[in-house]
Amino acid sequence: MRLEAKPAPTLAVTLLFPLGAVVVTVVLSSLLVLAAGASPFSVFGLVVKGAAGSPFALVETLTRATPLIFTGLAVAVAFRAKLWNIGAEAQLYAGAVITVVLGTGALPLPALVLIPLLMIVSMVAGGLLLLGPAILKTRFGVDEVVTTLLLNFIMLLFVSMLLEGVLKDPMGLGWPQSQRVVAEARLPRLVQGWRLHAGFLIAVLAAVAVWVVMKKTTLGYEMRAVGQNAEAARFAGIPVNGVLMKTAFLSGGLAALAGFSEVAGLKGNLTLDLSPGFGYTGIVVAMLAMLNPLGVVLAAIFVAGIFVGADAMSRTAGVPSYIAEVMVATALLTMVVAIMLTRFRVRWR
Amino acid sequence: MTASALLISGITKRFGSLVANDAISLELGQGEVVALLGENGAGKTTLMNILFGHYVADEGTVEAFGQALPPGDPRAALAAGIGMVHQHFTLADNMSVLENIVLGTQSPWSLRLDRAQARSRIRELSRDFGLAVEPDRQVAALSVGERQRVEILKALYRDARILILDEPTAVLTPGETDALFATLKMLVAKGLSIIFISHKLHEVMAVSDRVLVLRAGRIAGERTTRDTTRQELAALMVGEEVQAPAVAPVSRGRALLTLDNVSTAPLGGGSRLDGVSLALHEGVITGLAGVSGNGQAALAALLAGTAVPADGVMMIDAEAIANWSPRTALAKGVARIPEDRHAVGTIADMSVTENVISERYRSERFSSRGIVDWKAARGFAETLIRDYDVKCPSPDTRIRLLSGGNIQKLILGRALDPEPKIILANQPTRGLDVGAVAYVHGRLLEARARGAAILLISEDLDEIMALSDEVRVMFRGRISAPSQRGERSIRELGELMAGHGAEAAHHAA
Repeated sequence: MRLEAKPAPTLAVTLLFPLGAVVVTVVLSSLLVLAAGASPFSVFGLVVKGAAGSPFALVETLTRATPLIFTGLAVAVAFRAKLWNIGAEAQLYAGAVITVVLGTGALPLPALVLIPLLMIVSMVAGGLLLLGPAILKTRFGVDEVVTTLLLNFIMLLFVSMLLEGVLKDPMGLGWPQSQRVVAEARLPRLVQGWRLHAGFLIAVLAAVAVWVVMKKTTLGYEMRAVGQNAEAARFAGIPVNGVLMKTAFLSGGLAALAGFSEVAGLKGNLTLDLSPGFGYTGIVVAMLAMLNPLGVVLAAIFVAGIFVGADAMSRTAGVPSYIAEVMVATALLTMVVAIMLTRFRVRWR
Repeated sequence: MTASALLISGITKRFGSLVANDAISLELGQGEVVALLGENGAGKTTLMNILFGHYVADEGTVEAFGQALPPGDPRAALAAGIGMVHQHFTLADNMSVLENIVLGTQSPWSLRLDRAQARSRIRELSRDFGLAVEPDRQVAALSVGERQRVEILKALYRDARILILDEPTAVLTPGETDALFATLKMLVAKGLSIIFISHKLHEVMAVSDRVLVLRAGRIAGERTTRDTTRQELAALMVGEEVQAPAVAPVSRGRALLTLDNVSTAPLGGGSRLDGVSLALHEGVITGLAGVSGNGQAALAALLAGTAVPADGVMMIDAEAIANWSPRTALAKGVARIPEDRHAVGTIADMSVTENVISERYRSERFSSRGIVDWKAARGFAETLIRDYDVKCPSPDTRIRLLSGGNIQKLILGRALDPEPKIILANQPTRGLDVGAVAYVHGRLLEARARGAAILLISEDLDEIMALSDEVRVMFRGRISAPSQRGERSIRELGELMAGHGAEAAHHAA
């Protein structure tokens, strides 16, 4: 078996490949469902129903998609410039920590000022967190995959320390959780009584903004050029290291918004299980979207739907909801293969 | 010619719409040296990759010693006794010569390496074929010529009966080249068959029994070396008589860029600059000749802005440079045509439009307040496509789908459009067809007539002789005194390139 480069794929092919990846994912996960002793048709029917079968289900899916849009955008922006940010999880927590530190009453401001301020400060915190690995990469050639990945664990332990220490809620009955943010720091609900909050709108706006940056601005042009061919970019006078710094700051900032939005929009306080791996799932989302910022919104809703639907399914069908994790992981692998197949032809002889 | 060692029949290979090999047939007799001659991009490397099983041909077959080779199987090619010495060596630097040679000849499960036996076998091969190299030395410590000997030994150790040498002299000094040719004679005497790939006519004439000329993927002609001439081969290779461009006299103006005793830090594999002094004058093309790896890359990097002087003074317009970078170079009016148009000059997966603005996307013409004016950029791309006669479907086409000549025209257009004062042209015509070569030369001469100062770096001595108003030669990071147009013969330049420089330069000066 060998690979041969082939000319650029047509638009139709480019769109068909993610779809094909999803189909292959469903087929492969069906095998596991069969092994669990259930019918794939009824199980996947229940997943779809649980994800989008009712207004309530749909709203839950969108709520779950919100942080994934942010982390997906963070990864898409970084990967576009070939900055391999695996640390969206840590940056998410950086945003959440700052939101809790400043949002629990330290700043007596009205909501219209406090919320934008918390967003900006969160972004700065997340951005700064990714600058470290970016500097190590450009200065000393330290692989950012390793540094950003390991920072996730450092950050999680750091948050754990805070929640057992200075940020621990004195009224929390001993649980490792922070105080709740004040009402002025809370994002409004979009529909009264449902959990969907304004964070979803901010996420969609962020996706549009990132799309504009990538498409229309000199910064977006620089990022794409550096990602495609850093040597040619450097030769043309594009300040490669500076571009990587800006990319890192933007990417970390977007991931931090996920943490801000989960605290200010959904949970109200910070706990150690604020993110069930949104940072890592953001990688899948970005890959499924083929790094397109608008595609990230769709991919995030799709992935969130699998998680929400699988939860609902497991309550009725008795198949563990871990099937969702398997599906998402499989989707990442099939998507990587699909992306490769858009660029290369496989010769079996 | 005795029995046939290798029989290639009717090989056709397409990449998309490009036909890289079109019905190519070749018979190689035992004990014969066949030269495969052609410009870069003529299809030589593709053919050898098919022969060696790296690519699968769309049509045609390969037979070695009467046995058909299964397509796409390098192991079968190795087993059939085909050995290849690549242009870019495939040696592990941190291992010894011996380890490199036996690498891959043993089963991955074998735990033991019989060094003594391998060593004596290597010594024997070295002695028989004049390939002097010490088996226990580290490859990292070897010279380029020695590394090539290790590559040949590697093939012989695997009992190669057919040896393919891809541009083997590109990195060698003339002395090393002579030694290589002597080795080839010994190999042939022992009955090995050799395919010698090159685009250098005099080497082909010196070493081969038969010449197969490739042009644009087809066989342009086949000649017995004894019965042909360099002129005939050159004509076959390029398709028509090479016309020297007419060069009108231009008066020599002031020095626009000067280097005074400049040295640079070591850079990659090639030589660094070691006390180079040089002045580029208005209306003058300075040709820089030399065997590759003697500091041309360092000088090109310095002018392009990707390297800075470690010592000495570089001045533009009589002003010492500060904050030297590609961006500064562009701002100072230095246009750069890089050596590698695919990896450095352009971004393959970006469009023509995106590529032509890469050096100027921040100028008022193409952006304001950080927003790119894609309409202006597209208009510029359309202008270049028209003015520079670039064959491409639209400004949205990805660079990857363009031919080398068309990419070079775009780079030329991008570089020359702002009417630069200083032009660095590094191997500007390497691998281009004859029409594109004439076009590039014409544009460079236009720029010269306009008063630009041009540094032309080329491995093609004929190009240097045809275009340059003054010629300098680089050897081991040092630069010779200039000679005026027609003052030194090719042979004299060759001596300088081989490092017999000091006294020759003295005579000329």
